[in-house]
Amino acid sequence: MIQVNNLSKKYNTTTVLNINELEIPKGQSFGLVGNNGAGKTTFFSLLLDLIEPTTGQIINHNVQVNLGENWKKFTGAFLDESFLIGYLTAEEYFYFIGELRGQNKADVDALLKKHEEFFNNEILNTKKYLRDLSKGNMKKVGIIATLIGNPEVVILDEPFANLDPTTVNRLKKIVKELAENPNVTVLISSHDLLHTVEVCNRIVALNKGEIVKDIMTSEETLQELEAFFAV
Amino acid sequence: MIKHFLTLEWKAFIRSASFKTNLVFKIFMALGFLYFALIFVAAGFGAFYGLKKAGLEPLQAINKFLIYYLFGDLMLRYFFQKIPTLTIRPLLVLPIKKNTIVNFSLGKTVLNYFNITHAFFFIPFSIILLVNGYNALGVITWHIGILSIILCINFLNILINNKDVLFGIVASIVVGLIASQYYKLFDITVYTQPFFQGLYEHIWMVILPIVSLLLIYFFTFNFFKKDLTLDERLHIKKNLATSEDLTWLNQFGTLGTFLKNDIKLLRRNKRAKTTLYMSVFFLFYGLIFFTVDTYKGGVMQAFASVFVTGGFLINFGQFVPSWDSSYYQLMMTQSISYKEYLNSKWWLMVIGTAISMVLASFYIYFGWEIYLTILAAGIYNIGFNSFLVLLTGAYTRTAIDLESAKGAFGDKKAFNFKTLLFSLPQLLIPILLFGLGMLLNNITIGLCCIALFGILGLLFKSQLFSMIEKIYKKEKYNAIAAYKQKN
Repeated sequence: MIQVNNLSKKYNTTTVLNINELEIPKGQSFGLVGNNGAGKTTFFSLLLDLIEPTTGQIINHNVQVNLGENWKKFTGAFLDESFLIGYLTAEEYFYFIGELRGQNKADVDALLKKHEEFFNNEILNTKKYLRDLSKGNMKKVGIIATLIGNPEVVILDEPFANLDPTTVNRLKKIVKELAENPNVTVLISSHDLLHTVEVCNRIVALNKGEIVKDIMTSEETLQELEAFFAV
Repeated sequence: MIKHFLTLEWKAFIRSASFKTNLVFKIFMALGFLYFALIFVAAGFGAFYGLKKAGLEPLQAINKFLIYYLFGDLMLRYFFQKIPTLTIRPLLVLPIKKNTIVNFSLGKTVLNYFNITHAFFFIPFSIILLVNGYNALGVITWHIGILSIILCINFLNILINNKDVLFGIVASIVVGLIASQYYKLFDITVYTQPFFQGLYEHIWMVILPIVSLLLIYFFTFNFFKKDLTLDERLHIKKNLATSEDLTWLNQFGTLGTFLKNDIKLLRRNKRAKTTLYMSVFFLFYGLIFFTVDTYKGGVMQAFASVFVTGGFLINFGQFVPSWDSSYYQLMMTQSISYKEYLNSKWWLMVIGTAISMVLASFYIYFGWEIYLTILAAGIYNIGFNSFLVLLTGAYTRTAIDLESAKGAFGDKKAFNFKTLLFSLPQLLIPILLFGLGMLLNNITIGLCCIALFGILGLLFKSQLFSMIEKIYKKEKYNAIAAYKQKN
């Protein structure tokens, strides 16, 4: 379970995020939607302790993220390309992450085998360095790397952006599968309302750092959200 | 248009991560600048009377050694002058003439510290010449001539900065010239002195340096203009991965994991590879000192020894953790202990230093005392400097762009003035200890003290590591923010 209390982030006098209370129960698939600057990435960065909160705290499975470090053991995240090591090949990168997460080569290989289709033969065994891959392929590597070591919390920032239509559908399948596991909490941010509604069972909309909607997904959710974001 | 560029530059300057370092450091830098400026001014005023007192005609004497002064300037620039970058890519698609972009980028280099320092010497010197009744027009043409030559060097440096090989050739020619003058084989100043003197005596000669300045500017201009073409610059060279079998490192656990990664870092990135080249260069640095009798047996022997064994250590270590800057966010979200992370870098430095110590054994040719100094300095490097370097690195917040293939406008040298300032204590301690030995008339005591420092450092390794770890933790958010800001 992830618990957010009184969380805010200010840069000088501008408040970019202000969440009074938010609770994400274990096993939920949580979608974060909002326009640019709504605070989605800021929230994820705070959740990963990459920036310092101005007030409040986030507790990830009983560990306060800016004090303890144990949350790192069960949390996998991919925010952007700065999570990739450019001079490694995809395999080397996966094994590196695997070793840090206490997985042996066979474990990692099994995971890669499972997602072979997702890579579409463009990534594994190509001997290409990650820095030479296209944006979409980089994203695929980053997303699969978050799954190494069976994390209980998976955080993906804009996973659908830059991917081709086929891969988007494959990714949806992967996320849905993760969401079905009652032990795994998935957090996704996106601009794309349709995709998010399809894979998440709870959607929170942010606007200028504040939560403006918090709904459990149903038949009407998409319409409701579209009405909200309509110009 | 120029106004826009200038505001851009100013903003880039005041908003850069390195400028936001603490006040003490800024004051230190300012003092350093003032110090050098004063030395140059004093030299400018003093040179005239000093040379006259020595029974020489001042202008002629200056002109005689000017060639070496200029060579020295070129060398210094190569290592220290960073080619200022103007973020070009976003400008290319805007309605700005390419010529304007190139002109501004080149023009900017003229206002560099390295050009301005010379003014502190030549302006006072020229004034003194005028005061002492030298021909006014001649002094002015001489001054303009030298100024043009210095600017020529400025542009020449930009050109050769792209080619380490070219620099190697120039450097060996210069070393050759100095050696042949020293052994009285060939004296280049016989040919260059009349030229510089001519700038004063024959006013028309000032045309030569001015024309060469225009030519070299024209050449540099075209060189960069060609390089600016979008598809040239943006074309990504795709190299196939080299496979390396490093599985034998697995037996070292997490340490092995990091070591594997660091070895790949060093082998696969141009920026990281330069540290390896630099270490080879440093290995031979001692030759300058051990062959000259004035330095032999003096404290400079310890100074040189630190460099001979510590080339890799200094060049690599000062940028830990900056080497991992491009994926620092990843590292910060993985469950890794800083101790293991640091340990891997530390071992890499130890291995590098140990290899240098073995390779340096050819210095035995210059006597056992010198090699023993090198060994003592090696132990000192391993046990003491390694921690000092890691400590300073923890505060260095320069994002390193590993992937920049040393482009014309990219940040390229692992060497800058700031890191040099940080290295002072690393060099001063062995010099002082060696000096202590000399005072006691027993160099062995000095050498033992130097080595002892290293051994003490090794004994307190874990305490030192936790100290550095604390800094890492404290600086975490700042480091992430700084590394996000590239360039």
